[in-house]
Amino acid sequence: MRIGYYPGCSLLGSSREFDESVRALAGAIGLELVAVPDWNCCGASSAHVLDHKLSLALPARILAQAEAAGLTEVLAPCAACYNRLTSARAELAADPAASAEITSIIEMPVTGRVKVVNVLEVLDRFQDVIKDRTVAPLGRKLACYYGCLLVRPPRVVSFDRAEDPQSMDRLLKLSGAEPIDWNFKTECCGAAFSVTRTDLVARMSGKIVADAVKHGAEAIVVACPMCHSNLDMRRPEINAALGADHQLPVLFITQALGLALGLAPEALGLQRHMVPALLQPASTPV
Amino acid sequence: MTSAPHPSSHGDTLKAKVEQATGVKLNHCYQCGKCAAGCPVAQDMDLTSCQILRLVQFGDPAWDRQALSSEGIWLCLACETCSTRCPQEVEVPKVMDYLRLEAVRRDLAHPRSKDILAFHRAFMDSVRETGRLYEIGLVADYKLRSRHFLKDVMLAPRMFVRGKLPLLPHLIAGRAAIKRIFQRTLGGKP
Repeated sequence: MRIGYYPGCSLLGSSREFDESVRALAGAIGLELVAVPDWNCCGASSAHVLDHKLSLALPARILAQAEAAGLTEVLAPCAACYNRLTSARAELAADPAASAEITSIIEMPVTGRVKVVNVLEVLDRFQDVIKDRTVAPLGRKLACYYGCLLVRPPRVVSFDRAEDPQSMDRLLKLSGAEPIDWNFKTECCGAAFSVTRTDLVARMSGKIVADAVKHGAEAIVVACPMCHSNLDMRRPEINAALGADHQLPVLFITQALGLALGLAPEALGLQRHMVPALLQPASTPV
Repeated sequence: MTSAPHPSSHGDTLKAKVEQATGVKLNHCYQCGKCAAGCPVAQDMDLTSCQILRLVQFGDPAWDRQALSSEGIWLCLACETCSTRCPQEVEVPKVMDYLRLEAVRRDLAHPRSKDILAFHRAFMDSVRETGRLYEIGLVADYKLRSRHFLKDVMLAPRMFVRGKLPLLPHLIAGRAAIKRIFQRTLGGKP
């Protein structure tokens, strides 16, 4: 199977291991990734604060580039990119006048033919492959953390349940892990306040880490670079805010599944985490 | 909040502008409070989402100013918990986006908005120049804009040794097209 690929800026820098593990896992399950030519930034959490049209035009250019390359479906592993692309696509489809204006701003036609999908949605199609090729069952208690952008707003993303999503839990069960029942699956981590209001991020992400620990998680699994960097890179601030010393690692879903499929930890970029991710496959399933 | 007669609604009230720009109907909010109850930053807000909507619903210039000068509008992270749970499907984050821009236009933005705005501007500066986010450029630009020179200085080397901080920006081929997109949207905005 072939699919368009929009890695987004974080995956070239601070979340490089997400890109590495998406590519490694795609290779292992037989998914061919075709990069969107000359893609630009989607505007992330910043464009919409400064100008609404800018927040539509940047994703629209990406969709137009994908269209021009003959792609019909684009995988955006970053939850923020996925959300911005999906929202822009929905808004342009609902408003022909805005769509015409954006077309002239980006100097490219954008018809909305290209569908945007997130990493859980795509992996969901490979359930049988993942189950069959699991050679090192994870055998661990994992907290599946979806965050905001994969499931909200449900009117726009139409993906999984908004309040108690299950897609990641299902995938990890297939790979021999034990997803825990917990309360903070979709609470916000503080997102773009990582630099400007680190105090708020420490408190918000702290609640997520503390609840995962309380319910016995041995690691948190995410599908968003912002969630990952807040929970992993901001761990010193989180632990200071909690008055604790929580060392449970934070893995991308593609890293967790990659381990189960027997891929090397280095190929999945596990050495790049701040909180050491020494989640070796357990020898016996729980 | 005391009751007051509703000023007649006309085109130049903040309420009318919000509705025109966002398509959100502010009167759909019947003040159930569910948005603020689920908001992960409500405890840090001087005015919560629900209170801000109430202030703007009236179309009273004094209350408009109160909403626009609040810190609350700047703390909304657009996590969409409110709009997901709202029984009336009011898209609160869209309203917050508009109120922030209007607060800047009227020079009413809360003093603590300065760093938050500086970050978003630094982020988009980087995209304007290269087409993609250049993280080192973002941090340098933010430090210059915010004057927080020592913030996170210990984080950069730890990122660098893990290969998470490429030194050079990725320049896309369509940079000229990106610059034109910025001119046609942000235009002369700082």
